[in-house]
Amino acid sequence: MATYVPNTKEEQRQMLNSIGLNAVDELYSSIPNEVKLKAPLNIPKGMSEMDLSKSIRDIASKNKVFKTIFRGGGAYRHYIPAIVKQVTSKEEFITAYTPYQAEISQGVLQSIFEFQTMICELTGMQVANASVYDGACAAAEAVIMSKERKRKKALISASVNPMTIETIRTYISGTDMDMEVIPTKEGVTDIEILKDRLEDDTACVLIQQPNYYGLLEDGDEIGSILGDKDIKYIMSCNPISLGILKAPSEYGVDIAVGEGQALGIGLSYGGPYLGFMATTDKLMRKLPGRIVGETKDSKGRRAFVLTLQAREQHIRREKASSNICSNQALCAMTAAVYLSAMGRDGLEKVARLSMSKAHYLASRLCELDGYEMVYKGDFFNEFVIRVNTDVDKVLKALENGGILGGYPLGDNSYNNENKGEILWCATEVNTKDEIDTLIQILKEVE
Amino acid sequence: MKLIFERGNKNRGCDLVAECDVPLVSVPAAYERKKELNLPQVSETEISRHYTELAGQTFGVNNGFYPLGSCTMKYNPKINDELAKLSEFSDIHPLQGEDTVQGSLYIMRQAEKYLCEITGMDNMDFQPAAGAHGEFTGLKLICAYHQDRNDSKRDKIIVPDSAHGTNPASASMAGFSVINIPSTPDGLVDVEALRSVVGEDTAGFMLTNPNTVGLFEEDILEITSIVHQAGGLNYYDGANLNAIMGVARPGDMGFDVVHLNLHKTFSTPHGGGGPGSGPVGCKKILSRYLPSCKITEKEGILRFADKDEKSIGRVKAFYGNFLVVVRALSYMMSLGADGLKDASQNAVLNANYMMDKLKDVFEIPFGNGRCMHEFVISLDKIKKEKSVTALDFAKALLDYGMHPPTMYFPLIVSEALMVEPTETESKENLDEAIRIYREVYDNACKNPDGFHDYPLTTPIGRPDEVSAARNPILRYNFSD
Repeated sequence: MATYVPNTKEEQRQMLNSIGLNAVDELYSSIPNEVKLKAPLNIPKGMSEMDLSKSIRDIASKNKVFKTIFRGGGAYRHYIPAIVKQVTSKEEFITAYTPYQAEISQGVLQSIFEFQTMICELTGMQVANASVYDGACAAAEAVIMSKERKRKKALISASVNPMTIETIRTYISGTDMDMEVIPTKEGVTDIEILKDRLEDDTACVLIQQPNYYGLLEDGDEIGSILGDKDIKYIMSCNPISLGILKAPSEYGVDIAVGEGQALGIGLSYGGPYLGFMATTDKLMRKLPGRIVGETKDSKGRRAFVLTLQAREQHIRREKASSNICSNQALCAMTAAVYLSAMGRDGLEKVARLSMSKAHYLASRLCELDGYEMVYKGDFFNEFVIRVNTDVDKVLKALENGGILGGYPLGDNSYNNENKGEILWCATEVNTKDEIDTLIQILKEVE
Repeated sequence: MKLIFERGNKNRGCDLVAECDVPLVSVPAAYERKKELNLPQVSETEISRHYTELAGQTFGVNNGFYPLGSCTMKYNPKINDELAKLSEFSDIHPLQGEDTVQGSLYIMRQAEKYLCEITGMDNMDFQPAAGAHGEFTGLKLICAYHQDRNDSKRDKIIVPDSAHGTNPASASMAGFSVINIPSTPDGLVDVEALRSVVGEDTAGFMLTNPNTVGLFEEDILEITSIVHQAGGLNYYDGANLNAIMGVARPGDMGFDVVHLNLHKTFSTPHGGGGPGSGPVGCKKILSRYLPSCKITEKEGILRFADKDEKSIGRVKAFYGNFLVVVRALSYMMSLGADGLKDASQNAVLNANYMMDKLKDVFEIPFGNGRCMHEFVISLDKIKKEKSVTALDFAKALLDYGMHPPTMYFPLIVSEALMVEPTETESKENLDEAIRIYREVYDNACKNPDGFHDYPLTTPIGRPDEVSAARNPILRYNFSD
């Protein structure tokens, strides 16, 4: 059995004796007998590191790693540079706690400050926080942040990722906020209906850009409708796309949020991922979560600290702007290293390649009999295709060829209407050969 | 040191991405980015050295003693990190079909089984990403339970005044109002005070046990039964579970719902502020309301069951911080039942040993010389007599190359320092820490004036937090 207790049994006995005890059980004399466990835990005996390694690898081998992936839907396989993995494997970064003691935590604090700066740059916003749990939570926190005394209703576009919509619903249920989902027209937010729903009690409008179906929303039009209405404009965005697509600030957004997994974080079966949030100076003090600020130390040297803590739970308790304590600091650092390695040109290239490969994939798929684009709008690196054959059969054929095909929209817990529809995705890692192979396999599916 | 933006130059960079092998597509003008994008333009050498320098200014568990009370900064076994990095975990798309993720489903099901056994709960849900997220989720379960019984007047959550700040914050986020009750002079829940506030509006009671002054609530059965009799539910904040694994279980104490911090008790690293993992466990009466779909087995194949119509709904995309769960399961498998209990016993032994060797000098307001896995020192006396505060004391410890205890928590102890050595420290490390604590105390008595200047040997001295908050600089300004 493995143990991480350094003290030997003999040392433990000495320590016990030195504090006037004879047996370990005496340490627990304050626990009433009625609640003490009478039998050992029903968990197997421990094992050596060697055996553990084998056991976990055996379990892992029951997962299938796809050589080629054409599936997105909120999680994307992009290339992860080696430097990203190396830097974020440093023990100091991995094993530190939240940087409460600034004097011995400048490394973590500065890395967060750099991350905040990069998120501000990507989104064009003025202030960013140190991260939240994921993109869905970031959107939910933004909705809560938009609440004002007389504005308590959130309008959420139906083209936002369904998991994000569900998360928002959970976050606000039980509070005095309310939400309404604005339907789509041809895959994008129905702006006429949106206009119609804007009321004096509307707190915010949330759209996703590119949206769940990969389509580009008319963010300018929505921005101009909201204009000076004092309704918060929230945009959930794909950070990779911001290498070439308009920054949220260019649409007049008040709060930009998103899922940062694409920035150097592995698919990881869904987590840990990275939620980012950025906003205007005006809303700075309503932003939830940790925020790092620059200041000076006693000798006038540049220093970084956790700041604006008067918003936070450990000070404000039940009046805090959010309950968040731990966030996703190491994931934020991962994104920062990724963006440093890519630089502006690299990020632009990743975005352009992802978009180009997706368009090539789309045009090749549409050459096939019975395959057609569901929506006509402009898209980034995801799009929906309707097939008139059995979706399961299509995806199974690809799986047998080592390819994870697109995500079947008609076959999930959210949706029974989109039968035959598949949400495809391509990124810079997908080669032309892979796409051509995929087409070849599909041609052979009856 | 320099920021990453102050390194390199505008023509520098790494060339990492292959050339495009399909026709390039241009962005329609209406969607094209016009705004300038300033990102670092640096070589790989510069990135490597930049972060090596940052790592040198970061103190982790690998650097030294880290007795940050309430945070359980135990050693993070490397094998767990290595296993979580296997491509069969780290390169799996969350929307892959169930047949291709049997390993992931097995990990979650096993981890659920073991954590239920340790806590005495019936189900465990891994969606919450951190402790506070778990609190919010657990409180939503309580809310759903009462609503389902048409018991809608239950809108109050009771918390002791010694509770973590996240408890009341989570309660109000979940739509409850909060009633704070005082602790007894012994640092325990005031049973009479609790009795006097429970009633038809009580939704639930939140408690950490051992509590935040490091004591086991001896009246726990009476406490939980008062809440139950009033129609409320009991919530267990698992921050301090490290004291009692294999010794006692929240489920046997009358708790209905718990959250755990896998990044505390189950040794997964904290990453400088996350990712953590805050699974929520509950008794059967609450299982239907959990956010995730249950994992069931049929003919040897694991599958997600259909979503229960009573579920509170998602609190996050996908299934939680999965790779953290891999690490925690790996930890539980390596220690086994005996090892987990041994870890708790040694955590409590180490804390008692350290406290015992400090108690003649330091004021330890609660526990009469005994504690569980942590203890709280009050420096109130030396503050009054010598103007040396808990902050000053903590900063002095930095010069000895160790992380200070948690400061100013719990709020019921003035000038508090909360010490949690954990089981992974050796006797000689504890002896050294004891020697240093006593030496610093002695210095504080003899030369109190110098204390406001500490630390002297760290990369920076004390930062000006007031001006940081008053004139916030929250990003690098490229035009400077």
